[in-house]
Amino acid sequence: MRFVTEYRDAAACRKLAEAIARLVTRPWTLMEVCGGQTHSIIKFGLDQLLPEQVTLVHGPGCPVCVTPLEMIEKSLELAARPDVTFCSFGDMLRVPGKSQDLLAVKAGGGDVRIVYSPLDAVAVAQEEPEREVVFFAVGFETTAPGNAMAVYQAKEMGLTNFSMLVSHVLVPPAVEALLSSPDCRVQGFLAAGHVCTVMGYGEYEPLAAKYGVPIVVTGFEPVDILQGVHACLKQLEEGRAEVENAYARSVRHEGNLPAQELIREVFEVVPRKWRGLGEIPRSGLSLREPYAALDAEKRFGLTETEIPEPEACLSGLVLQGLKRPPECPAFGQECTPEHPLGATMVSSEGACAAYYRYRHVGGEAPV
Amino acid sequence: MCLAVPGKIMEMQEGRFGHMAKVSFGGVVKQVSLAYVPEAKLGDYVMVHTGFAISIVDEAEAAEVWGYLEEMAALAAEETP
Repeated sequence: MRFVTEYRDAAACRKLAEAIARLVTRPWTLMEVCGGQTHSIIKFGLDQLLPEQVTLVHGPGCPVCVTPLEMIEKSLELAARPDVTFCSFGDMLRVPGKSQDLLAVKAGGGDVRIVYSPLDAVAVAQEEPEREVVFFAVGFETTAPGNAMAVYQAKEMGLTNFSMLVSHVLVPPAVEALLSSPDCRVQGFLAAGHVCTVMGYGEYEPLAAKYGVPIVVTGFEPVDILQGVHACLKQLEEGRAEVENAYARSVRHEGNLPAQELIREVFEVVPRKWRGLGEIPRSGLSLREPYAALDAEKRFGLTETEIPEPEACLSGLVLQGLKRPPECPAFGQECTPEHPLGATMVSSEGACAAYYRYRHVGGEAPV
Repeated sequence: MCLAVPGKIMEMQEGRFGHMAKVSFGGVVKQVSLAYVPEAKLGDYVMVHTGFAISIVDEAEAAEVWGYLEEMAALAAEETP
């Protein structure tokens, strides 16, 4: 596949790894923000190509992983209603709530459907007017344009049986929350390439300046990631802290303006609770007042109840880059992808699932 | 979840949800909304996420990485005595 295969070239990766080895003179800790990058790093063993002084810690950029338990419970409550057709991306189906997951609700007769695009859920609402169709809108900025378009189209079409359970989160406020924590040991960031494709990277410039950390917009294939790591380490070695774009084939400084315009039309910025990180100000998106009729929480009068995390699960620390998955006593013991305790073991982009799949004895061998 | 996959625009048409295209991902063809890349042309590669093209792949920028690699290899050769 063009623009994929060539960025997995082993010889190019080796050249980049050698350049990184020549560059590094002391220990550095970098964080890749996005779970998709974590998955590539562990799958392709990119961390093992780096010099020992370079540590990669894994960030909170997995929407499935940071969706709070309270929101999972709301999804389960809606999906179990006999009048509701609950549409979701596939990776939310196995996230455990208090006592079950969406897959169990489906097995118990709930009408839960996996969709590829939020527009598929709008089409279901149009084709089955007797059903209350709810779409579970989970995601970062990358997913927001599609979800905004689904809400916008549903309203334009005058659909009265479509609504959205919105749990959207924003990356820059989470990066700032991590940087401002006294426990933060991250010296440079690889920013998420597709979030920046939509939003651009101007928002990171004040963060790089304020906290003195380089932030490099990075893609997802092995060559992209090693190029991002190289650019970030080069800045650190030279004492610079700038925002740099190492994924220019997809990312422009201003991002995708038509997409940002529709996001602003449909959504407003609100405080949001992140699983493992707690509430972060101005870190989420919620539907604006003109779209309130399409807000599933309001439509079905859902109430908020605080739900504690399972004690044995360290996913909060993993999401902050303070612990690595194998350091959790439950990892690979009572917590496995078949029986996950926390969302970082559920999502294929969760750090725990990536380590289990590619590094755990008995897990799948690296490709 | 923020996975976006590059695909080639094979055919453009107006659909139920506006400006759409058939996009080929290494032979697998899917319907994709072009609402956010109105300037996209037939034959362009677009990055696609949840059925929406979110950017047009900049082929000149894509080629630069290989130049960057050659530059680094040349630097390495200079450093080696």
